[in-house]
Amino acid sequence: MNEAVQLRVEVAVVGAGPAGLAAATVAAECGASVALLDDNPGLGGQIWRGETALSKNSSGANWFARAERSGARRIHSVRIFHLESGRLLGESPDASYEISFNKLILATGAREQFLPFPGWTLPNVFGAGGLQALAKSGLPLAGKRVVIAGTGPLLLAVAQYVGDHGGEVVCIAEQTSWLKYVAFGASLLFNSGKRRDAARLSWSLRGVRHWKNCWPVAAMGRDRLESVRLSHHGLSKDIPCDYLACGFHLIPNTEMAEYAGCEIRERFAVVDQYQQSSVAGIYCAGELTGIGGLDRALLEGQIAGYDAAGRRPLGERLFASRDTQHVVVEALKDAFALREELKLLPDFDTLVCRCEDVSFGKLQPYRTWREAKLQTRCGMGPCQGKVCGTAAEFLFGWKMDPPRPPLFPVQCSSLAAISHRNCSEELTGESR
Amino acid sequence: MHEEIRIRINGKSLAVPRGTSVAAAMTRAGEPCRISVSGQARAPLCGMGICFDCRAVVNGQPHVRGCQVQCEAGMEILSDE
Repeated sequence: MNEAVQLRVEVAVVGAGPAGLAAATVAAECGASVALLDDNPGLGGQIWRGETALSKNSSGANWFARAERSGARRIHSVRIFHLESGRLLGESPDASYEISFNKLILATGAREQFLPFPGWTLPNVFGAGGLQALAKSGLPLAGKRVVIAGTGPLLLAVAQYVGDHGGEVVCIAEQTSWLKYVAFGASLLFNSGKRRDAARLSWSLRGVRHWKNCWPVAAMGRDRLESVRLSHHGLSKDIPCDYLACGFHLIPNTEMAEYAGCEIRERFAVVDQYQQSSVAGIYCAGELTGIGGLDRALLEGQIAGYDAAGRRPLGERLFASRDTQHVVVEALKDAFALREELKLLPDFDTLVCRCEDVSFGKLQPYRTWREAKLQTRCGMGPCQGKVCGTAAEFLFGWKMDPPRPPLFPVQCSSLAAISHRNCSEELTGESR
Repeated sequence: MHEEIRIRINGKSLAVPRGTSVAAAMTRAGEPCRISVSGQARAPLCGMGICFDCRAVVNGQPHVRGCQVQCEAGMEILSDE
């Protein structure tokens, strides 16, 4: 039987990446009782995955140390499956959680956008960040030939990581044009942090083939990946490799914010200058409000954390720094917008929904996401459309339905724990 | 430096460094994490708990996302059907 944990805190923070970690830390430093929750077994989100691997005095290591000292209660491996006014319900492998809060900070981050192409379901075709996350979790890269493809600056970071860990980066295939790429580089010249990152990356990737106007059209192999077919300036190239790391930039994880009723505009959570969402008492910070990277996430997290702890002026001091990060958000949006040709990648038999094995051809007759879902089961598997829904949005222009409870597939015992509690509350109410 | 632990994946014994996720261990062993509804072998995609393609049977419990769980000594891991 799973343990049932009940907690009451002033500030609950969902997501322990940079934004959430910063939010929880400053709120706790201001004296608030804080619970910091994350689905992953470790803190740090995707960028700081694997606390122990961090070098001393890195920004990540400093935030981990500060979080530890702050007294914020950190709870790992818990996924939140329900949220209502002042209460979160979650599940971990060995416990169910009920957390009551006054203020809630959502820092749920972003995931990779995946696009279907023939062969993308073969073993050893990973997301770009996906391969990096697996490598940080113990997948050896030494001696592996890796093709890195898709779009966005993450491809470069992953290429660097692969090279540093003994893998061979065969090439980087970036779908955007040279022109957009150069414009992106130029826009970062005004951001000192990003300028430094870019300089470091281009130095460590010198000599790596880095093609623009280039994207994967097929992954090939019998039981697992053996080669990738790339389209490069209209020509087709077959490249033998062991791993394909392929992601098409990032999309925000807005499901929980939507579920809570927060306004979402053009995919992102709408916030005011204090990072408050449209719902009173709920803040959104980090990639959830715009894809802008680490520095922006840390600043947004701190502003949200100070405000939630009732120390608004401390957050106001960070407004100017945060607002300069807006340039990065806009530059990323322009530079890595997906080209129309990518809509032609799937053929009739290419699976779009990997959970229910629904092909592109099966989806073509339908006009809406809902219709397709009801007729084909597309998006009805355990990922709840987090992969295929965003792909279908790009391929067909369909808008996904708002998420419904539970937010995640959950064990019956956790559901039972809640319904039992609700029943007893109702009974008490009636007897009054 | 890295302490190794022994696990079993689809009946085969394997040593992995402590801290290795179930998804990374299965990929390393070349074993599929699951067989899809139409019978395809699947392995991890997103590596961060979103896609559910790496779900496996861990110590008898089905549908466990392999990327979110670390290997423990003596763990019995099977491809999810």
